[in-house]
Amino acid sequence: MTYLLEQAANGVGGTDGLLFWTFAILSCVGAIAVVATQNVVRMAFWLVVSLGSVAALFFLLHADFLGAAQLLIYVGGTVVLLVFGVMLTASGHTIKVQTSPAETLLGSGVGLILLCVLIFSVGSVDWKDIAQRIPAAGDSPAVVDAREDVRLSEAIASAATPEAKSQAEQAQAEVQARRQSGRTIRQLGLSFFGLRPDRNLNQPANQPLATGYLLPFEIISIHLLVVLIGAAYLARAKRRVTPGSGTDL
Amino acid sequence: MGEVGLEAYLFVGAVLFVCGVVCMATKRNGIGVLMGVELVLNGANINFVAFSRFTPLGLDGQATALFVVVLAAAEAAVALAIALNYYNNHLTIDVDRGNELQG
Repeated sequence: MTYLLEQAANGVGGTDGLLFWTFAILSCVGAIAVVATQNVVRMAFWLVVSLGSVAALFFLLHADFLGAAQLLIYVGGTVVLLVFGVMLTASGHTIKVQTSPAETLLGSGVGLILLCVLIFSVGSVDWKDIAQRIPAAGDSPAVVDAREDVRLSEAIASAATPEAKSQAEQAQAEVQARRQSGRTIRQLGLSFFGLRPDRNLNQPANQPLATGYLLPFEIISIHLLVVLIGAAYLARAKRRVTPGSGTDL
Repeated sequence: MGEVGLEAYLFVGAVLFVCGVVCMATKRNGIGVLMGVELVLNGANINFVAFSRFTPLGLDGQATALFVVVLAAAEAAVALAIALNYYNNHLTIDVDRGNELQG
């Protein structure tokens, strides 16, 4: 069993590749099932599957804080909110509101065409070239990590004595541990205070200073407060139309 | 298939985006339309985070994605309040019945 897993992992680009393909397929299947299901409660379940897999993809992209926030806010908050909405609005006949087959066919046709356009345009761009044209200093995190890996494994291979080899292996283990411990939380927090140590440290003196996100952070805080008050105002208990009274208002 | 690169993540984002758009366009249940919006925003978020990993833009993509997550939560709260009001007035959540403002 382990052997089979290892073989599969080698075929799709290591453990990272295996995990990526697992969660990519899970998130796509979840999204397609959300579209295909007519029952709202099952749609909510498939939405949880899809959003949870997206959180796993965030972890694979070394965005640990964002993955955790995705799990907490989306899967823990927004979907629960939606399920409450289903609970408060679904009564017997309304839990299944069918779409007509013609509309489904038209929608999926247009969707397929849109998907083809997107995939064609993503595939026709040379992203490595684009990444090199960005004027920002330095390389992408993925390139930096790959270069560090090569350097460490070369150090292990070229070590002459057993002591040097064990030292190089220890350095490699330290790098692995540092990557797994997460590096984005502190930087993200500082960038919301308007500080950018990831950009401004170790730069030449004539480089313009990068700025953070203090103003957008303040704006979104006020926005959340307004939304809180607005949602409470909109959803307050009001006179309810009795089902027997006939006409809808 | 080799190393997982930027394109693979962009493809996943494209699939989520298209599913969300189709969901918004074809669902007649108001809550279903909201779920479509969530899918679209997640597709965009995957693109942001993938670009922050595979291009020198660095942390900016992740910060933007965090703003998107917060905005999505706010949007869901307000839209749900509107859906409850709609249900109170129409006794159904079918969006095709809400045609009173039609010109």
